[in-house]
Amino acid sequence: MNPLYIGAGIALFVVLYVVGVYNKLVTLKARIKEAFSGIDVQLKRRIDLIPNLLETVKGYAKHERQVFENVTKARTSLMGAKSLDAKAEANNMLTGALKSLFAVSEAYPELKANENFGELQRQLEDTEDKISYARQFYNSNVLEYNTQIVMFPNNLFSGMFGFIAEPFFSATDEERKNVKVSF
Amino acid sequence: MIGQYTGNAQGFFIFGLILSLVTSVSSYYWSDRLVLMMAQARPADKKEYFNFYTATENLTIAAGMPMPKLYVIQDPTPNAFATGRDDTHAVVAATTGLLDRLDRTEIEGVIAHELSHIRNRDMLVSTVVAVLVGTLVYVTDFTLRSMWWGGRDNDSDSKNSPLTTVLFFATIIVTPILASLLQMAVSRKREYMADASGALLTRNPDALADALEKIADDRHVSATASNAIAHLYFSNPFGRSGNKGQWIMNLFSTHPPIEERVRILRAM
Repeated sequence: MNPLYIGAGIALFVVLYVVGVYNKLVTLKARIKEAFSGIDVQLKRRIDLIPNLLETVKGYAKHERQVFENVTKARTSLMGAKSLDAKAEANNMLTGALKSLFAVSEAYPELKANENFGELQRQLEDTEDKISYARQFYNSNVLEYNTQIVMFPNNLFSGMFGFIAEPFFSATDEERKNVKVSF
Repeated sequence: MIGQYTGNAQGFFIFGLILSLVTSVSSYYWSDRLVLMMAQARPADKKEYFNFYTATENLTIAAGMPMPKLYVIQDPTPNAFATGRDDTHAVVAATTGLLDRLDRTEIEGVIAHELSHIRNRDMLVSTVVAVLVGTLVYVTDFTLRSMWWGGRDNDSDSKNSPLTTVLFFATIIVTPILASLLQMAVSRKREYMADASGALLTRNPDALADALEKIADDRHVSATASNAIAHLYFSNPFGRSGNKGQWIMNLFSTHPPIEERVRILRAM
């Protein structure tokens, strides 16, 4: 066997392999992007539900101004958040503000009996579930990508092509603390 | 038969393969519609079945798959199944018995199991196995028939010893049985796999174990399940053997025994 042919064969194999690795990493990265926008879709759903909720509550509890302001502020900051960390933080702020809103509405039995309010509450709870599942999906994609770029022999090439680890959507310090609900 | 005309076993095999392929692939292709008709299922309304609908929505988000069509079956026996040739043509159905009896977390566990069947392409796996088994069954059937019709010729043939004849017939009879056993074993393994994939999706294996235990307590035998689709159901719709000694019954069952499934889930 001519050593030139053997050398050429090996070189071809290496090239094809690297192409395969590159394509795989690119695909995983695209999935992460899709998962990220999946989270965005759920966050937007939450944002959209809030004005209706505020109107309903205001109809019965006009004077609870502080609570309404907190919710509106949190909602605005969530709408403006761009990076992963900013979104996580704004989302937590909104969760806290909504918790206070629902706690306050406990004092208004007519509000609690309102069908629209009950429906909105259910939908918001469901949206929060969806946000957490979207985060789970995002994180599992990030896990796969981060693992692939450090595994051998992929790690030989990943730095060269500029594949770096992506951040997880992790619980922030605020979330980790036990939330106190005070009336 | 064609095999006879071509005068060799290959003809049988090819004809059996084609017949088996056509029936299995067409039932695979139209599996969603066929199964729904057989089980008398109705589409699930989001308002009426809020838990069922939103639990499925949430799990499809976690799995990164499109939302399957949801159906409800009027049946007091708690059970559920999933079918469909791929992600985008998937169907999940649950009985009213299941939706009434289980709480939200348990329903999520069951749906995660069903979605895992879809994601693991279990319909495709079952179809491939069915084609292979069907081919064997047809081949042995044709061989037997051709022996019956052309039997007179063989009488004059003194080269076959009684032993080979006996072995030959034993093989013909035993092969379809063995093939069926294999088919059941594959089905049981895929059930375990769907349990595991579902638990991975929800991160909560106990919920599925609780659901299984609740379903096991129920004594009804399903009125709407038919034998043809029994293998798809979440738990065996025709009742299950309680004794550990009845391992032969277990060999022929499409689903593993519930105690085993619960034990494995609790240990996760």
